[in-house]
Amino acid sequence: MIAVYLLLLLSAAGIIFFALTGHKDDIGTLNTRINGVSLLITIWLAITVFNQGTILSGGKAFLIDSFNVYLIVLTAFVGFTTSLFSAPYMAHEKEIGKLTDKRLKLYYSMYQGFMLAMYLVLTTNNMGIMWVSMEGATLATVLLVSLYRTPESIEAAWKYFILCGVGIAQALFGTILLYYAASQIGDSGNALLWSVLHEHATQLNPDILEIAFVFLLIGYGTKIGLVPLHNWLPDAHSEGPTPMSAVLSGLLLNDALYAVVRNKMLVDGATQTHIAGYLMMGFGLVSFLVAALFLHRQKDIKRLFSYSSIEHMGLMTFAFGMGGALATFAALLHMTVHSLVKSAIFVTVGHAAQITGTQKMSQIRGLIKTQPKVGWGLLIGTVAIAGFPPFGVFTSEFLVLLATMHSYPWLTPLLLLGIGIAFAGLFRHIQPMVFGEKPEGQNAIKANLIPVMVHLGFALWLGLAIPSFLSDWFSQATQLISGSAL
Amino acid sequence: MNIESQDFYTQAILSMSALVGLTSFLMLGQGRLLRLIFVFAVQGLLLTLTTSLAAYSLDNPHLYISAVLTFALKVVFIPWMLHKQVLAMNMHRDVEALKNNTAVMLSGASLMVFSYYVLQPIIHTSSMIMLNALAVSLSVVLLGLMLMISHRQAVAHVVGFMSIENGLFFAAIVATNGMPMVVELGVAFDVLVAAILFGIFFLHIRTSIDSLDVDLMNKLHEVDK
Amino acid sequence: MNWLIAILQTVLFVALAPLLAGFLKFCKCRLQNRKAPSLLQPYRDLLKLTRKQPVISEDASWLFCLAPYIIFSSMVLAATVVPLIAVDLPTSASADVIVLVGFFAFARFFIALAGLDIGTAFGGMGSSREMTISSLAEPAMLMAVFTLTMTASTTNLSGAIGHVLNEGLILRPSFVFALFALILVAIAETGRIPVDNPTTHLELTMIHEAMILEYSGRHLALIEWASQLKFMLYGVLIANIFFPWGIAESFGLSALGYGLLVIVGKLIFLCIFLAFAETAVAKMRLFRVQEYLGFAYLLGLLGMLSHIILESTR
Repeated sequence: MIAVYLLLLLSAAGIIFFALTGHKDDIGTLNTRINGVSLLITIWLAITVFNQGTILSGGKAFLIDSFNVYLIVLTAFVGFTTSLFSAPYMAHEKEIGKLTDKRLKLYYSMYQGFMLAMYLVLTTNNMGIMWVSMEGATLATVLLVSLYRTPESIEAAWKYFILCGVGIAQALFGTILLYYAASQIGDSGNALLWSVLHEHATQLNPDILEIAFVFLLIGYGTKIGLVPLHNWLPDAHSEGPTPMSAVLSGLLLNDALYAVVRNKMLVDGATQTHIAGYLMMGFGLVSFLVAALFLHRQKDIKRLFSYSSIEHMGLMTFAFGMGGALATFAALLHMTVHSLVKSAIFVTVGHAAQITGTQKMSQIRGLIKTQPKVGWGLLIGTVAIAGFPPFGVFTSEFLVLLATMHSYPWLTPLLLLGIGIAFAGLFRHIQPMVFGEKPEGQNAIKANLIPVMVHLGFALWLGLAIPSFLSDWFSQATQLISGSAL
Repeated sequence: MNIESQDFYTQAILSMSALVGLTSFLMLGQGRLLRLIFVFAVQGLLLTLTTSLAAYSLDNPHLYISAVLTFALKVVFIPWMLHKQVLAMNMHRDVEALKNNTAVMLSGASLMVFSYYVLQPIIHTSSMIMLNALAVSLSVVLLGLMLMISHRQAVAHVVGFMSIENGLFFAAIVATNGMPMVVELGVAFDVLVAAILFGIFFLHIRTSIDSLDVDLMNKLHEVDK
Repeated sequence: MNWLIAILQTVLFVALAPLLAGFLKFCKCRLQNRKAPSLLQPYRDLLKLTRKQPVISEDASWLFCLAPYIIFSSMVLAATVVPLIAVDLPTSASADVIVLVGFFAFARFFIALAGLDIGTAFGGMGSSREMTISSLAEPAMLMAVFTLTMTASTTNLSGAIGHVLNEGLILRPSFVFALFALILVAIAETGRIPVDNPTTHLELTMIHEAMILEYSGRHLALIEWASQLKFMLYGVLIANIFFPWGIAESFGLSALGYGLLVIVGKLIFLCIFLAFAETAVAKMRLFRVQEYLGFAYLLGLLGMLSHIILESTR
C-alpha cells in the first residue's frame, strides 16, 4: 500500500534533511509542514482501511487493521500539533541562547526519527521489527532528553537509556521465545508475522508463551512506565524540552501498550487461560495506585504530570488486562483521549515554564492573570485529565469502572480510591499555580495555543458524542482484541 | 538425554555455552576496566565461533553473515571504542574494589540455577537438548544485569548492557538457529547505534560531573526533597 | 603380580617426585634467562640433608620429631591411591577420592601442628595461614572432583578414570570447569605463585616455608620430599583425570612402558605451563587469596551445575 511506504519514506527523508539544515531560521515551519503531510497521508490510509477492511501489504510486512489505524492517525495528529507548538518554542529557546545550532539540527532530525520509529511500530506485521523500532524510538529520543546538557538532564537521559535499554532487552528475549514457539509449528520464514501467528495461535505451545509473555510484559512494560519499572519516566519527561515531553507522554507510551496488547492477543489464543490478563491487571492496578500517591509529593510541574501519565497508563493496562468487550472499548477510548489531553497539558506547561522561567510549582503563580489563555488551558487540561465530565477521560474511566464492577467488583473501591487521590493531588498543586497572586515582572509571552484548544476540543467531543466511524473502529478493534463484541 | 549419546556438534554447542557462562562470571569479578573489556571481547569471540559452528553444521549460510556481524561489532568495534574511551579518560588505573565479591559471585551462581528453574517447563515439553543451552543464555542475560548492578563505573554498565545482548543473541542461535535476517540486521543496527550513543554519553557525563562514577548522578529523586 | 606392579608404581612415584621438582626449576631458570642447576640436584640436596644431624629445639615435643615421618608416609599412601601408569591396580581399588583428600588433610594437619609446636611466631603464623587457605581450598577441590565422580557414578578414582577413558572423546562442559577449578586449587595447595612463593626468604610472606623453618637434617629431607611428592600427586591428578588417554589398562610390559612415557610427557607439559604462569604472574596479597579460592569454588560449582543442567540424564 503506497500510503504506508510514503509515510515511512517521508519521515526517513526528514531525518536526513533536518540533520543538514536544522539550524536555519524558520526550519520549524518546515518540520510542521512535513508532519502535516504525514497527517494527510495517514488520513488517506485510514479512509482506505475504512473502505477496504484490514490491509496486509508489502509481502505481509505491513499490517493495518482496525486496532492500529486510529493509533496511526492519532500519532500523526499529535506529532503535527506538537510541531506547531515546537516551532516558535524552539525558536525562542534559540534566541535566549539555551540551544546551539548543532543541537537544533539534532532536535529536528531526531523528531522525524522518532516519528519514523513510531510509525514503524504501529504498521509492521513482524514482531521482530516491532522490537527493533521500539528500541529505535528510545535511541532517537535519548539524546533529546539531555538536550539542555544540565547535570539533571544528563542523569535523566542516562537513566532513560539504561532502564529502557535493559527492559527492552527482556522484551527481545520474549520475542525470541515467541519465535521459538512459532517455528515449532510451521515454517520459520513466517514465524514472526503477527497475522500468521494470530491465525495459528491455538497451536502454539502454552508453556513457552506464558514465559515469553512475562518477559514481553516486563520489557515493553518498562516503556509503558509500569511500576516498579517506571523510574525513568518522571525524569525523562521532565528534563527534556517540552515538545519532547509532549510526544513522549502522548505517543511513546501508547505504542508500548499497543505492543503489549498485540502480544497478549497471541498469548490468550495459545494458553486459553487468563494468566496474561491477570499479570496486566496486577501491574496496571499497582501503577495506578502508586502513581496517584506519588502525585502529592511532587514539586516540579512536569514531574507531576509524568506521574499522571503513569497513573493513566496503569489504568489502561488494567483495563486491557481485564479483557471483555466493555473494558477493551474503554481502554481504546482512553488511549485516544489521554494522548490528546496529556500533550495539550504539556504544551501549556511548557508555556507556563517559559513565562515564569522555572518548573518548580512553588514559584509558579497567577497564571490566569498573567496570560489567561495559558492559565485556562492548564486548568481545563487538568480538569479533563482528572476525569471530570463531560470530557472523554470521564467516559472511559466510567466504562472501566462499569466493567470492573461487572467482573471484579471487589477491585472497584481501589479504583475509585485511586481516582480520588489523583484528583486531590492534581488540584492541590494546580490551584495555587493558576489562581494565586501574580508575582512581579511576569509577562505574557508570544504563544500559539491553538493546538491546545484543538486537542481539548477533541477530548470534549469524544466525551460528549463519539463520531460513528470512530466508535465503529473501536468496536471492530474490541472484537479483534477481546474476541467478543460490545 | 545424556551427553554421551549426542553428536559432536551438540557437545560442542553445550561446551561453548558453558564457556560463555564462564566469561560472564569472569566479568562479574573484574575490578579493572581494561580487563573487563577484554573478557567481553572474548565472550564475543566465543559467540562468533558458536554461530559459525551452527552455520556449518546446519548448512545455513545466513548464520555466516550473523557471525561476521557479531565479530565486527562485539569483538572489534565495541571493545575498541570502549578501550579508546577508557584510555582517553585515564580510567585504566582505577581499580573498582568490589567489597562483596564473594556474595556477588555466589548470587550469580544462584541466578544460573534460577534461570534453569524458570525454563524447566519448556525443557519438559520439548525434546531439544538445545534448550539447556537456552537456560545458560538466560543466565548470561541475568548475569549481565548483575554486572550492571554491582559496578559503579558507567563503562561497566555499558559492558553489562552489551553482554545482555550477547546472551540474547546466543539464545537466538541455539534455540531458533538465528532470527530472520531482517530482524538480525535491525538488532545489529540498534546495538551499533546504542554503542555510539553510549560513547557520546560518556563525554557528556564526564564534562558534567567530572567522573564516570554513576553513583554521583543522584540529583533526581523519586520524591522531591 | 598385580601387587608387584602396584608397589612398583608407588616406588616410581616417590622416586620421580624430586626429578619433577628439578625439571620445574629448570624451566623457570631458562625462562628467567639463567643457567639452571642439574636436573638431579634435588636428589643431591635430599642426600645432603639426610647425612646431617637434625638440630631440635629444647621446647620441641614428641610431635615435632614424629611429624616428618607421618607426613611422608601419608603422602606415600596417597601415592598408592592415585593411578600413575595404570588403572585397576589392587591398591587403587581399595581407596577413593574422598580418602585421597583425607590423606592430604592428614598431612596438612600434622605439618600445621609441627609449625605450632616450637612456639615461634613465624611457625604459628605459617600454620594459621595454611589452615585458612586449605579451609577454602578443600571444598573447591571436592567440588571439582565430585564433578568427575558424578559423571562416572563412582568415587573410586581408577574406576572414574577408566569410565572416562572408555567413553571416547566427549566434550563435557563440566570437565572444562572442573579442570580450571582443580588447577587453581592445585596451585594454592602446593604453595606456588600466585598464592605462595616457594623460594622466598622473607618470613612475613611465607606460608608453607614458615611452618618448616625449624626443621633440619633428615626431618627436613622427609618434609621436602613429601611436598615434592604432593606436587607430583596434584600434577598426576590433573593429567590423568582430564586427559587420561595413554594410561595402561592392561598389565603387559609394553602397555606399562607406554603408560609411563605418556604420563612423563603430560607432566613435562604441565611443568612448562606452570613455569610460564609463575613467571608471568605476581604473587597475590594474602587477603586476595580468599577471592581466588572463592573463584575456584565457584568454578567447581559451575561444573556441577553444568553437569546437571547440560549433561545428565533425566
